[in-house]
Amino acid sequence: MITRFLWQGMGPMLRVAVLFVLAIGIILPLLNQLMPASSAFHVPAWVLQLIGKYLCFASLALAVDLVWGFCGILTLGHAAFFALGGYCMGMYLMRQIGSRGQYGNPLLPDFMVFLNYKELPWFWHGFDQFWFAAIMIVLVPSVLALALGWFAFRSRVTGVYLSIITQAMTFALMLAFFRNDMGLGGNNGMTDFKDILGFSVQSDATRATLCFTSALALAIFLVISGAVVGSRFGKALTAVRDAESRMRFLGYRVEGYKLFVFVLSAAMAGVAGALYVPQVGIINPSEFSPGNSIEAVLWVAVGGRGTLIGPILGAFAVNFGKTYLTGALPEVWLFALGALFIAVTLFLPKGIVGLWSQIRNRGTARKARVPA
Amino acid sequence: MSMTEQRSTSALLYLSGVTVSFDGFKALNNLSLLVEPGEMRAIIGPNGAGKTTMMDVVTGKTRPDEGEVVFDGKADLTKLDEADIATLGIGRKFQKPTVFENHTVRDNLLLALAGLRSWYKLLLAAPTKAENTRLGEILSIIRMEAQQHMLAARLSHGQKQWLEIGMLLAQDPKLLLVDEPVAGMTDVETETTAQVLREINKTHSVVVVEHDMGFVRALGVKVTVLHEGSMLAEGTLDQVSADPRVVEVYLGR
Ligand SMILES: Nc1ncnc2c1ncn2[C@@H]1O[C@H](COP(=O)(O)OP(=O)(O)O)[C@@H](O)[C@H]1O
Ligand SMILES: [Mg+2]
Repeated sequence: MITRFLWQGMGPMLRVAVLFVLAIGIILPLLNQLMPASSAFHVPAWVLQLIGKYLCFASLALAVDLVWGFCGILTLGHAAFFALGGYCMGMYLMRQIGSRGQYGNPLLPDFMVFLNYKELPWFWHGFDQFWFAAIMIVLVPSVLALALGWFAFRSRVTGVYLSIITQAMTFALMLAFFRNDMGLGGNNGMTDFKDILGFSVQSDATRATLCFTSALALAIFLVISGAVVGSRFGKALTAVRDAESRMRFLGYRVEGYKLFVFVLSAAMAGVAGALYVPQVGIINPSEFSPGNSIEAVLWVAVGGRGTLIGPILGAFAVNFGKTYLTGALPEVWLFALGALFIAVTLFLPKGIVGLWSQIRNRGTARKARVPA
Repeated sequence: MSMTEQRSTSALLYLSGVTVSFDGFKALNNLSLLVEPGEMRAIIGPNGAGKTTMMDVVTGKTRPDEGEVVFDGKADLTKLDEADIATLGIGRKFQKPTVFENHTVRDNLLLALAGLRSWYKLLLAAPTKAENTRLGEILSIIRMEAQQHMLAARLSHGQKQWLEIGMLLAQDPKLLLVDEPVAGMTDVETETTAQVLREINKTHSVVVVEHDMGFVRALGVKVTVLHEGSMLAEGTLDQVSADPRVVEVYLGR
């Protein structure tokens, strides 16, 4: 039954996308591990790290698209779920440091020693176990999404108001996480990670594995999203997006539909954030900043809202541009982002994916006009 | 919940003393109305008389401030939401055709088809043989087999009207509320719509709100005249047309 569910959404396009993502996640790490550093085919570790980061962003974009593109919920707070997943991973990584910290305290992370903590705060218990952290990575964002969605969807908050609520959520979390007495590292967040599951986070082999895992996660999320969107549930979901009250008058309880995708999407974002943190080596409250969530929406808009492949293309394209521009012309990046947003809204309402079908349609239309 | 004496009525739809106010303005003012099972009722009245508000109250979109709304002798519609009321068997057709533009004709019908509504069941559901048969029947009734895989957005206005009728057949409600179905239609289309409604009325109860007198005459059913949120007169079209109060507020303008 589960396999049938997962296969029902697998159109040819999606299959190609899944295989492509997996290919990236297998070939690049292998070229890093198997090729000698002198070889032209050797992929350096920084490339793996960069691609791994992009893959996590792509998962976040897919999560945003699931609620925005397919259910019409313009979330401006999804980076919060990403950051929460990241913090859960960060807590696990902090506890792996053990007595190797600067203060050498076997139990308390450095920042706690520095702030004169006498004992581990209650919510840090369990995070020394990977399985526990793994559960929390999914659970914490999901529960927050469930709580927020429950109130918002049942009170029928929609449109701009819903966007404002999600934005307020991430802003409030940012302010909370900035506080030292939250017990999560405050301003500085968590960093100086040593190892994950016993392997050094700095080693090439770990980087290769994390890059592969990020690709695997994205591929799995693509399959799950495809199955959800391709099911009868998915048909009802897009119908809710297009004509919510009509669906109510047909007897659909639309809150359930919204809540399910919202929670699923938050969980996906959380996993993406958890994979992101060991690759960049730090998690701090700036991950909650409202701009991050807005950027994620932009990736989806650029790639193509309401398609599964669009958000992935968008996340890669925009972040590639960002990496390039912040290196080459740092002052320009923010303006470029703003200009991109305007350009996409005006000229590419369906993003890169839409542009492609626009061109194709124009081609066939022209062909059709040629007299036989 | 205890059954009050009024609730043991045989009426399919029972409205008693229904009042709805928007910021003090009474869109419905102590409105009472009875629709018998199998009946088709036409509701007429000038703009702003409260006809659409009445439908909003029956379908759970608007909560009345006062009054009783009972369906099928037992269900208190003032306590239920839109989804519950739709599931009980009340369907609604809006003035402008509202189909799901990004879905195919067939998927539009599938979404409307009576039966599965809960999200977790729909995740795993595949259309059953019975459902496919029923979809085939409806497609042939509305003569859209050829367009079944076309996106609804690409249909003409008339085809959308037909699709919506197909969706109502698929939903198969006990009571159908139809709001101004012939607004903006040609005479021929108006006549066809009257025929279709009479056909639907053979198996469903119908309440139809309309301005167009020719259309109401073609339906040939009992008429309720609404004015300023209350019932002004009730009877055959000829009877109500002869009522001097009706002439004054509505027909004689
Ligand atoms: N949501 C609302 N808020 C305020 N006034 C409303 C609302 N809905 C309807 N009304 C008012 O109630 C009156 C009845 O409206 P309606 O039921 O749409 O009339 P009809 O369908 O008979 O033309 C109108 O004066 C309208 O302006
Ligand atoms: Mg009206």
